[in-house]
Amino acid sequence: MVGLLHQTLSGLATGGVYASLALALVMVHRSTHHLNFAQGEMATFSTYIALMLIQAGLPYWVAFALTVVIAFALGVAVERLLMQRMARASPLAVVGVVIGLLLLFNGLSGWLFGFTIKQFPSPFEGNGGGGAFGGMVSDHEVGMTAVTIAVLIAMSLFFRMTKLGLAMRAAALNPESSRLLGIRVGATLAAGWGVAAGLGAIAGMMVAPIVFLDPNMMAGVLLYAFAGALLGGIDNPAGAVAGGFAVGVIENLGGAYLVGTELKLTLALVIIATVLVVRPAGLFGHVTVRRV
Amino acid sequence: MISRRTLLGTAGLAAAAVPPARAHAAEMPGVTDKSIKIGNTNPHSGPASAYGAIANAEAAFFKMVNDQGGIGGRMIEYISRDDAYSPPKTVEQTRRLVEQDGVAFILNGLGTACQTAVRPYMNARKVPQLFVATGADKWGDPAHFPWTMGWQPSYRTEAAIYGKYVLRERPQAKIGVLYQNDDFGKDYLIGLKDGLGDAYAKMVVKEVSYETTDPTIDSQAVSLQAAGADTLVTAATPKWAAQMIRKVADLNWKPLHFISNVSLSVGSVIRPAGVEKAVGVITAAYGKDNTDPQWANDRGMAQWRAFMAKYMPGADINDANHVYAYGVATTLVQVLKQCGNDLSRGNIMKQAASLKDLEIPTLLPGIRVTTSATNFHPIRAMQLQRWNGKAWELFGAVIAV
Repeated sequence: MVGLLHQTLSGLATGGVYASLALALVMVHRSTHHLNFAQGEMATFSTYIALMLIQAGLPYWVAFALTVVIAFALGVAVERLLMQRMARASPLAVVGVVIGLLLLFNGLSGWLFGFTIKQFPSPFEGNGGGGAFGGMVSDHEVGMTAVTIAVLIAMSLFFRMTKLGLAMRAAALNPESSRLLGIRVGATLAAGWGVAAGLGAIAGMMVAPIVFLDPNMMAGVLLYAFAGALLGGIDNPAGAVAGGFAVGVIENLGGAYLVGTELKLTLALVIIATVLVVRPAGLFGHVTVRRV
Repeated sequence: MISRRTLLGTAGLAAAAVPPARAHAAEMPGVTDKSIKIGNTNPHSGPASAYGAIANAEAAFFKMVNDQGGIGGRMIEYISRDDAYSPPKTVEQTRRLVEQDGVAFILNGLGTACQTAVRPYMNARKVPQLFVATGADKWGDPAHFPWTMGWQPSYRTEAAIYGKYVLRERPQAKIGVLYQNDDFGKDYLIGLKDGLGDAYAKMVVKEVSYETTDPTIDSQAVSLQAAGADTLVTAATPKWAAQMIRKVADLNWKPLHFISNVSLSVGSVIRPAGVEKAVGVITAAYGKDNTDPQWANDRGMAQWRAFMAKYMPGADINDANHVYAYGVATTLVQVLKQCGNDLSRGNIMKQAASLKDLEIPTLLPGIRVTTSATNFHPIRAMQLQRWNGKAWELFGAVIAV
């Protein structure tokens, strides 16, 4: 019984990792209607930039803010230089391009910063707290969950309350009508990529202290994050966060009691497949009905 | 009589002198009266390119050998080709070395997957694949692959040593094992079974695996702790070993913790995990650590330092790869000396399998290289060492299996 509780808590802690990246995935989908497979690698790359800034002597939160800004610029640049040209291309071509981006950023990270793992500082550790629940959940994991939820609330408000947020949703959903309504579709799409890259950077900086920073840091996380995002609903930020936590717990309990550690990843893939078959919109997603 | 015999002998030699020179070329590929051609594949580019340092140090070592007159008057010509740690490229480059460059044999090719890919080829062509640079156990299988030999202690040997130590020092231990779910991790399970023998079933309370796609091993750590393990064997590569060391400390769990030798790096495991959190962690070693001050006045390491100063000026003397290469190359020189004038592939392999208690300056005192027709694992002993918060500290006697 204690074991079950411990696995659940540890699953929630790992789920927080998935949730933070799942949130970024939902954001890019919501604001551009693309799935960005390079999301993880861009996040890793941004995290290296953060580490560089911290090592250069900047205080953590200054480096944090600066990294988000740089990542935003990077996201905008990728959209302007690359994705914009793909606007009328087939979805498969778009997938090809984002996979190319994935390889590009992965290679860049390794080439510029090396392949050995690096420790990444956490702003939540070292305050004397010994973690929650007897070390099951570390101070950092508590802090990371708080950050994820704060980002979630901020993003929900942004998409509902601000003009830019609404414009982004409109531009992603129906570019033609949006253009007729005077929305600068190109600019909002670029901003959408920027926001998503910024969120990815936050996720990277939150994940790195747990899994250590290396060029492939996000490769495994991304798969589980996709499972979480699809489970919760790819267009629902709150759903994706809940999905991320759920995948963390399911994976732990499944790995420890049902299928064994060897099939943990398979379990995540089974979740993706099942959700896509049974409820394509995800548990909390909007079911879109299209007139044909 | 004596003079006649001598004369006859000389005449015989003289008569034989012309054809054997031809026979040499046929029977001793890659070898002339003036040179021995040796091939190697190494990742000089790509993610594992740090290992390229090994090939560079070997090239420098053979330059030193040549400066000292070569081996039996023959100069060593060492060709290292880049396979980027990618098995298809290893196949391509190995074939190029054997078929176009015409090397006598391949020395110290690196990477388990890479070398596995060329093993059938090397054995089919009967070209020695000597001192493979990987810790997998499969290189010591003379019955099936008589042309392939490893060098460093295998993962299986290492795990057997942990098993022996636990059996002796903690016969009541409850052992938990975390292993990477591939050949590397599974070699540790086999080795532990070797070391613990019949006690394995009783002493090992839980085995859990992880995949290299798993972002964390937290769940595995919790499972092992819940199983009541008081001794932990972590058969993991650096990233997961570092995570495990940290998680064990965070859980306030204090098992006797063994981590695999591949993860003993201070820079990429201990420091990321936290130097304090790693205190008490045990691993096994077979070579002298070039960053350890206890070898500052050691004769063997002084030889190595002199070599580095003269033949690799400017190279990083904290890089353990250079020490490793020195050990491998020293072993090879002994093999070639034993070969005498018969540098045929068959004899090279035979001599490689006839090393007796060879002392290598960079190996720990008491650890020697021994091979035989049935033992293709040159190094089968290691000594345990414990992380004390600042450095690895050797303790206990050398344990052999």
